[in-house]
Amino acid sequence: MHTINEAATSRRASARRSPGLRAAGKAIVTVVLAAFAVLMILPFLWMLSTSFKINAEVFRYPIEWIPQNWHWENYRKVWTGPNAFSIYYLNSIKITGITVAGNLLTSAMAGFAFAKLRFKGREALFLLYLSTMMIPSQVLLLPRFILFDHMRLINTHWSLILPGMFTVFGTFLLRQFFSTLPGELLEAARVDGAGFWRMFWQIALPLTKPALVTLMIITFNWHWNEYEGPLIFLRDRHLFTIPLGLTTYVEEMGTNYVLSMAASVSSFIPLLIVVIVGQRWFVEGIANTGLKG
Amino acid sequence: MRKWRHARMREQAAGYLFILPNFAGYLVFVLAPILFSLYLVFVDWEYLKGFDGIRWVGLDNFRALGSDPKFVESLQNNLVFTVISVPGSMIVGLLLAVALNKYVYMRNALRTMIFLPYMSSLAAVSVIWSVMYNSGSGPINAFLRSVGIDHPPGWLSSPHSALYAIIIMSVWMTIGYTMIIYLAGLQGISKDLYEAADIDGASKPRQLLQVTVPMLTPTTFLILVTQLIWSFQVFAPVAIMTQGGPIDSTMVLSYHIYLEAFRFYKMGYAAAMSWVLFAIIFVVTIVQWQGQKRWQNHF
Repeated sequence: MHTINEAATSRRASARRSPGLRAAGKAIVTVVLAAFAVLMILPFLWMLSTSFKINAEVFRYPIEWIPQNWHWENYRKVWTGPNAFSIYYLNSIKITGITVAGNLLTSAMAGFAFAKLRFKGREALFLLYLSTMMIPSQVLLLPRFILFDHMRLINTHWSLILPGMFTVFGTFLLRQFFSTLPGELLEAARVDGAGFWRMFWQIALPLTKPALVTLMIITFNWHWNEYEGPLIFLRDRHLFTIPLGLTTYVEEMGTNYVLSMAASVSSFIPLLIVVIVGQRWFVEGIANTGLKG
Repeated sequence: MRKWRHARMREQAAGYLFILPNFAGYLVFVLAPILFSLYLVFVDWEYLKGFDGIRWVGLDNFRALGSDPKFVESLQNNLVFTVISVPGSMIVGLLLAVALNKYVYMRNALRTMIFLPYMSSLAAVSVIWSVMYNSGSGPINAFLRSVGIDHPPGWLSSPHSALYAIIIMSVWMTIGYTMIIYLAGLQGISKDLYEAADIDGASKPRQLLQVTVPMLTPTTFLILVTQLIWSFQVFAPVAIMTQGGPIDSTMVLSYHIYLEAFRFYKMGYAAAMSWVLFAIIFVVTIVQWQGQKRWQNHF
């Protein structure tokens, strides 16, 4: 009996190691992880350094991480001329902005109704929504192409904006958040004579701000990075979004790698800003919904 | 009583009005396309002739799948892609999350760096990696040669390695996602469990396997299903880096569908394939759902 106790005590002591030892262990793990993290961003660093070089220097080994001369003219070439990157920027901002705003509004309204208003057929409609949530974009793109072809919307930004404005995912997500709001809150407003729009706009909506931000960031990331939709629906260069503009440009440049990398860096800047400014919300949003951005 | 009924009517009307914008869009851009696509799988359509070019063929589109070598190859490649990339990024993501959760300094900075690839666009990332994978003199092979590997893989230019090159890039990109979700899962595990394990004298690696991993099972299911769905739909890297080549070695389902539909305008056949993709996703989701239920009942 005695010995068992002793053994337990010594085990406990070894488990609670001294703070110095723990700090040392932590430092070692930090160094290993830092090395790994640097490895993770190495492709970006390589892109950045290559974008300032001349083509003869691109594949020199050992890699010159800091260019001998900074060739800023690579960026001037990417940003000026007939296919300047600024056009793609404007297109991406316009498409993403309208889509995200529209999706937030229609999803919030529908989500509110599904969660808080009683009307005939509500459950059946919601079931219909749910049953189509798992349909992959590959199934939808094809009939949408035919539909837009007949609506004469191929090769317009509307072919990307319209389908993005009405999503099952957004409706579902916001309905879940609205459901958690206590019913008494809205009852009280109703007794005070508030209409349904005021209940929605002035009471329910402000309380779901975290969910709205989450949906906003996730859909922003989707539409900003989307590749297949623009590839299928857009034909004219001046309508292209950043990802499609980038790959088209890179294809044209062929082995002119420095310009390809300068274009890649250019496409990367807005995302980098969003990561740095919005990382907290983005991380929380993904963690809350479990969904891929 | 009358007033009450009036209020009910008003609520009904409000309900329909609130749903209307979303539902109208849903009808036109989701439900109608789905129904039309279900019709398309039974037809052969010479698209350029308009609606006159439609011919009913029954199940011929599905019969044709079996004798389409590209389709078979796509399925195989999707499978290889999934079987390697999903567990790969989950294991690395879990280890990173455990370390980040407790054992490091500068946690936020490290997290941001590891998370960065996941935030970036697949298009930009595919462009960068294509150049780095350059088999003759790209930085990856230059490095491999400098450490004594005389015949490094041809990466994207060789049918033996192209798929693996894309897999490596995908793992690199999705590690950030699995890490973030696992981190969120780890915050939900009570500290008492580890203290109890400490008192019982369980070593740290044993605690990882016998406390952390089982407690994270719901998280693992969540990551598994999103990753599986994502990997079966992989499109942009293939379209940008290899266009399915060399010799179809990176042909995947979504890219095959894209080619058939929008290059060759074989709408019926492409629609049939897109529903096969849906079937795969559906089965995967149901299986994981059942698995999760069984696991929950088990404990």
